[in-house]
Amino acid sequence: MRKYLHVINIGIQSNLAYRFNYLTRTLFSFIPLFAMLSLWRTVYAAGDGAREHSGYTQTQIIFYYLMVAVVDVLTAVNEDDWQIAADIREGNISQFLLKPVDYLTYRLCLFVSGRLAYVAMAAVPLALFIFCFRHNVVAPASLAAALAFPVSLVMTALLQFFISYGLAMLAFWLLEISTFIFIVFAFEYLASGHMFPLDMLPPLAQHMLAFTPFPYQLYFPVSIYLGRAAGAELYTGLLIQFAWVAAAYLFARFMWSRGIKKYSAFGG
Amino acid sequence: MNLQRYGIIYSALWKNSVAREMSFKGNFLLWIVVELLWFGLQLSFVGVIFRQTESVGTWNQWEMVLLVGASNFIQQIYQAFFLVNCTNLSELIRTGKMDFLLLLPVNTRFIVSLRQVDLGAFVNAVFGLCVMLYAATRLHLHPSALQILGFTGLCVVGILIHYSLMFMLAAVSFWTVRAQGIVWGYYNLFNIARMPDEAFHGAFKAVFTFALPVLLVSNVPTRVLADKLVSPVAWISLLVLGALWALISEWFWRISVRRYTSASS
Repeated sequence: MRKYLHVINIGIQSNLAYRFNYLTRTLFSFIPLFAMLSLWRTVYAAGDGAREHSGYTQTQIIFYYLMVAVVDVLTAVNEDDWQIAADIREGNISQFLLKPVDYLTYRLCLFVSGRLAYVAMAAVPLALFIFCFRHNVVAPASLAAALAFPVSLVMTALLQFFISYGLAMLAFWLLEISTFIFIVFAFEYLASGHMFPLDMLPPLAQHMLAFTPFPYQLYFPVSIYLGRAAGAELYTGLLIQFAWVAAAYLFARFMWSRGIKKYSAFGG
Repeated sequence: MNLQRYGIIYSALWKNSVAREMSFKGNFLLWIVVELLWFGLQLSFVGVIFRQTESVGTWNQWEMVLLVGASNFIQQIYQAFFLVNCTNLSELIRTGKMDFLLLLPVNTRFIVSLRQVDLGAFVNAVFGLCVMLYAATRLHLHPSALQILGFTGLCVVGILIHYSLMFMLAAVSFWTVRAQGIVWGYYNLFNIARMPDEAFHGAFKAVFTFALPVLLVSNVPTRVLADKLVSPVAWISLLVLGALWALISEWFWRISVRRYTSASS
């Protein structure tokens, strides 16, 4: 266990070397976020019953996007998938086959340290941004929501990581996997609720999405906090999310064990 | 004479790019799919917005589809000619490969800006046009030859604005090696370009209309096409700002390239 703590420590240090990058990335991401909020405010300003259609008030929709930004900072996979793919392509994983270090755990530690470093850099600007919209900020919907939200958040992060890890394993078979990562990312962007709350979609599309892991990668924790998933729905949701995390974990392990059979170390 | 020489050089660069793309055919097709998916996402977002409301400002649903189509068209043409080259600049500087380009007996900015052509982006630009055509028929638009000419001309100006701004950001790499993040940050501005100008107010609108005119880039041509132009101020300011940014970016390029010290080998 000590060795993995060491990995986290090193990971934080090397990630902090990119602090300027993290800071500019955070600041730049506020521009489309602010634009999105302005767009919705214009939609609501028309006052032709946008509220009845969507079930969101203007305050709620603005807070939705703020929560998406927060959850994204805390759980999104940054460059882990590219790095894993590069490790495989360039033969760096050979050393992990020799050492008593589990590669998945090792990458998970780096993912955690990457998130910690990112949060350290993004926290202040993001807090300032949210402060500008403080009138829209609301507390968790209930005590149950306040307790379930962090649990769901951790599972969201794990789900994101295991899916990215499993996909990055494609690098065992393919030279160039960035297109696959981008295609999955495009689906995630819509189906995880990044672009708009999923309950704004037509009912049929919502039912179809319920059978995919995507809503559990972002939308679910946000809707817990907002109280949109409450009562029985909250508990079954958490169970389903847990099932997806377990499935993604098995998928990641499976891809690794298949890939490693195919692997022939390149380079030295 | 000079122009002819540059024509020959540019056609050689094209041949080079075609050969490069065709050596990874599967990848070439997959990238088109990726871009197409993102375009589809933007359209579905318009769909979701108009499930909630009848109009955004004065823009109705099909006008906004027209805007998203036009914005995609402009972005893809920009991408076809310039994007890879702008993002590569910092790599050229970091590795010292700029040496080789500076030594060539051609204008350095020309060769740096146009070295690679992204052919897939042309295919995606055509998808953008198709969506625009569909939206135009839904709106019963019958643009005159002058309108189409105006649209095309303003698109060209818009593409040059994107290019001037992004090339300047890329030239920051001459001052600090960490500029790649800034160049990708510009990508966020494409997200605003496809939103209707009426969604914005105050300082934000002023900055992205007059300082970094991304809000004009697709909105003005679309307004020309859809008979939504309120006053000629819009297209005049697009032209003036286009010229202004082209000059500023050329000036910045010149003082930046002077700082180039190569990388030790």
